[in-house]
Amino acid sequence: MSTSGASGGMHLLDRGVRAIAAAIRSGEASAISVIEEALRRIDEHEGRLHCFNLLTPDAAREAATNIDEAVARGVDPGPLAGVPVALKDNLCTKGVATTCSSKILAGWEPPYDATVVRRLREAGAIAVGKTNLDEFAMGSSTENSAFGATRNPWDVTRVPGGSSGGTSAAVAGGLVATGLGSDTGGSIRQPASLCGVVGIKPTYGLVSRYGLIAFASSLDQIGTFAVNVGDAAATLEVIAGHDPADSTSLDRPAPSLLRGLEDGVEGLRVGLIGDFLGDVASACAKAADDAGEALASAGAKVEQVSIPEMLLGLPAYYIIAPAEASSNLARYDGVRYGLRVEGPDAETMNARTRAAGFGPEVRRRIMIGTYALSAGYYDAYYGQALKARTLVIRAFEAAYERFDVLLSPTTPSAAFKLGSKTANPIEMYLSDLCTIPSNLSGHPAVSVPFALDPEGLPVGVQVLAPALGEALMLRVAATLEAVAPAAARGPVPLGDVNSQAGVS
Amino acid sequence: MESDGGDGSDVGGITLDEGGITLDEVRHVARLARLDLSDDEIITLQGELSALLEHVDKVRRLDTADVPPTAHPLPLSNVLRADEVRPGLDRDAVLAAAPAVEDHRFLVPSILGEAP
Amino acid sequence: MTEVADTAWETVIGLEVHCELSTATKLFCSCANQFGSEPNTNVCPVCLGLPGSLPVLNRRAVELAMRIGEALGCRIETSIFHRKNYFYPDMPKDYQISQYDKPINVDGSLELPDGSRVGITRAHIEEDTGKSTHVGGDGGRIHGASYSLVDYNRAGVPLVEIVSEPDIRSAAQARAYAAELRAIVVAVGASDGRMEEGSLRVDANVSVRPRGAEEYGTRCEVKNLNSFHSLGRAIDYEVERQIAIVSAGERVIQETRHFDENTGLTHSLRGKEEAYDYRYFQEPDLVPVVPDDALFAAAREGLAVMPAERRRRLGELVGSDGVNEQIQTVIELDLDSLVLAAVAAGADARLALARAANEAAARSEGARLLDPVAFAALLEMEARGTLSATQSKTVLAELIDAGGEAEEIARRLGFEAMESSDLDVAIEAVIAAHPDEWERYVAGDVKVAGFLAGQVMKATKGRANGKLVAAAFASRR
Repeated sequence: MSTSGASGGMHLLDRGVRAIAAAIRSGEASAISVIEEALRRIDEHEGRLHCFNLLTPDAAREAATNIDEAVARGVDPGPLAGVPVALKDNLCTKGVATTCSSKILAGWEPPYDATVVRRLREAGAIAVGKTNLDEFAMGSSTENSAFGATRNPWDVTRVPGGSSGGTSAAVAGGLVATGLGSDTGGSIRQPASLCGVVGIKPTYGLVSRYGLIAFASSLDQIGTFAVNVGDAAATLEVIAGHDPADSTSLDRPAPSLLRGLEDGVEGLRVGLIGDFLGDVASACAKAADDAGEALASAGAKVEQVSIPEMLLGLPAYYIIAPAEASSNLARYDGVRYGLRVEGPDAETMNARTRAAGFGPEVRRRIMIGTYALSAGYYDAYYGQALKARTLVIRAFEAAYERFDVLLSPTTPSAAFKLGSKTANPIEMYLSDLCTIPSNLSGHPAVSVPFALDPEGLPVGVQVLAPALGEALMLRVAATLEAVAPAAARGPVPLGDVNSQAGVS
Repeated sequence: MESDGGDGSDVGGITLDEGGITLDEVRHVARLARLDLSDDEIITLQGELSALLEHVDKVRRLDTADVPPTAHPLPLSNVLRADEVRPGLDRDAVLAAAPAVEDHRFLVPSILGEAP
Repeated sequence: MTEVADTAWETVIGLEVHCELSTATKLFCSCANQFGSEPNTNVCPVCLGLPGSLPVLNRRAVELAMRIGEALGCRIETSIFHRKNYFYPDMPKDYQISQYDKPINVDGSLELPDGSRVGITRAHIEEDTGKSTHVGGDGGRIHGASYSLVDYNRAGVPLVEIVSEPDIRSAAQARAYAAELRAIVVAVGASDGRMEEGSLRVDANVSVRPRGAEEYGTRCEVKNLNSFHSLGRAIDYEVERQIAIVSAGERVIQETRHFDENTGLTHSLRGKEEAYDYRYFQEPDLVPVVPDDALFAAAREGLAVMPAERRRRLGELVGSDGVNEQIQTVIELDLDSLVLAAVAAGADARLALARAANEAAARSEGARLLDPVAFAALLEMEARGTLSATQSKTVLAELIDAGGEAEEIARRLGFEAMESSDLDVAIEAVIAAHPDEWERYVAGDVKVAGFLAGQVMKATKGRANGKLVAAAFASRR
């Protein structure tokens, strides 16, 4: 573990969200010292990892100073006091460039904060910058960013996953204590698995989407990354809860997620989804199997279950998500903000701007989405996909009559080499096989680091729960975390900048 | 599925029944989507989109008689807001982000037609 | 306005009327819903469609939409929103949030003053667009403009779009429908219905078919109608145009046409041979609207008296034979409550109606504030003969403009009732001055009575009461 600044033990920055906040709130440690450590690490390793599109060190230092002053005055700065966080660059931050890693929004500064950004700040968390993502959150490797790929701290020749690769890598590299991502088809869970960290996608509607730049509105959810389940849950508690600015926000306050986390799994009914096991790398299948056994040893009743409708998820998703995206991205037209490529008339200006501003994956998805909604094809594609969605939801409902939670691999493989799946878009899409069904149903799911594959790369397993089943889901995740080898999870000791890439 | 010869004909066997996409359709979709694509890009997209359509074809062929569509996973209804004015954005801040402005309004090159 | 003389053809018209709702805020955000503000001053992330923004539905807009539905006898149902996808610079999101196959109000109807009934297919909620002005080019029109400037103040303002069945059969009926619909949305407080401000917009779908045919002809949509007058003119032109085409054995092209105020013609908007593909799909950022008790209660709270009911009330008072137009005018100008109150204070109903429809109408804004008791007192003086009709109208004008009391005004203007002795003097003088005419009158020539009466009016400077003059002549025959 990184030891810089501490006397022979772990630096506070590596002790996690709750420990950092507790130390700062009590005055035991200063926020500025933690932020300075984060900024130092970023300084040292960011050039190699490229987690961030933009860093905001001055603002971070100012926030840290303010927090320390508040503590000195006896004012409680909040439950995440002084915790360095990374924000995916599709979350609006007032006055701070928010680009979605796209040329079409390069340099755009939102005039308002996303609700989650405001809640984090009000809780005392300190944003150090905006992290890289696949352009407009479309991708599974962060290679679709217009500003260059992010590298996996475990092996910089490999991808961190996507679309929230920047946040995942920043957390996995110990650059920040926690971070926010967004998950539409697996974009939190898959990079979490590839980076050996925890990634939570909450129940649809639990976290406000106001200020999240939309990809697919009925699927998008904001969620959290951290090195351990408790910290990811602590951050989620802060951002969750009803928001009147989001009509799809559940009308309930933030749930308590930390209570009962350590209660174990005695008597819980766990269903191991068998339908993915044949389509994933053996290390990933084995991890899921071993996870099942671990839960059984801990007192759960584990059974394999077949839910064939899960396999409808991927094709349905690759109709529904692009369809909604084709509409959500229509607003990037060169008229009010962002890139404008001049033309003799508005229509030409619009079409040229969009062709120049959107990368190939975004264009592909806009095209397929437009097609799926177009006259003559709506029923065959979008209409059918919505019905497939119903079948997936019904299948989940039936499963949850027999089981309390479900278990599966998170993703078909460990971190793959940069450039290895970019030739064929569909190969990349298959990364979402196990994660997509939860987006279609709106149910929560979490990826927990559980094993290392034969090449020493992290492999996560996924716990799925019914709507609003976060507490139970995280309890199961915490149990798995407790028995998983420590080597399987981050943060990765990055060593000094001249050393070889990879695990030490 | 074979690609056609690039001239938009059905040579090579892409027909709608097989769930593929023709070059003309690609061009039409590009127009609807407001993307000014080159001929090469259109051809590449035809291949990519056809492959994707093949991949999602099982959804198209699903027997969904009596299955209602789910547009949204949420059980909510009647989320309503009180009719009370709240301050909005400062005009200067809004216009500062604009590519072109005149007379406190967003300037665009000439609009060819009436709104559809 | 000309009627289509050709009875071989039947005109089929459906109207789409957009009303801006009189809410304080926009449909999906809390920006002010206000006409005439400085450009781009009533905007926020939501109505500008900034990345990451989300819509939240205005409760009041739903209530007012439901009121319109009730007033039109619609079925009010659970509804959802859809996205209508198209690009235009005045569209902040490049899709419009509207309602498609599950609108809030369906299947109503509207009864017109002449008793005819027009079906209402639907009345749904949608958001308005911003406004573009075109610079350079000729006369602010799009064609030939160098560039355009966009103001988003209006973007997101709530609209209800009311679509009629194609039940309308003439331009006159179309105008009556539009006027009645306007009266209703104003009566229920849902809209201020000002076409000149754009809070009421009318588009017409016009087709023709051989009289007696079952199938509809191809229709054209006519837009850019700025007044009910334009609506009539546009329909007339369009019908003539279509008849000429079909009579020549050709086919009408289905298209959208733009009405030109100056020339009275419609012309085709360029480049639309096929219907635009809007790719409607359910709006994922909003949830369904279920008309529950609370919404119904708020909707019904404002249900004012409908125009049809107001017509009936006045009709009962005056007996409507021969005065339908006066009744219609009085209601259009919101002067019926004045008439009713004046009658309650003792005025003669027919006289009150006539004065309100004719003289007060010219000063309708002031007339709405006229004290009905003062109005009744004036009408009484006229009915008694103390004031002539001419004098009464003059006093009424001053009463409306400056207030006061009829008697005091009359005295100040020198409108005392003529003493009957003075009247006798005037009568005798006229008879003496026009012996030939007097002889003809005595012999039974009725027409010359008007001349003689006119002479008396001239001599008395209009102070004489016409009825008394006529009686005085008659009694001397």
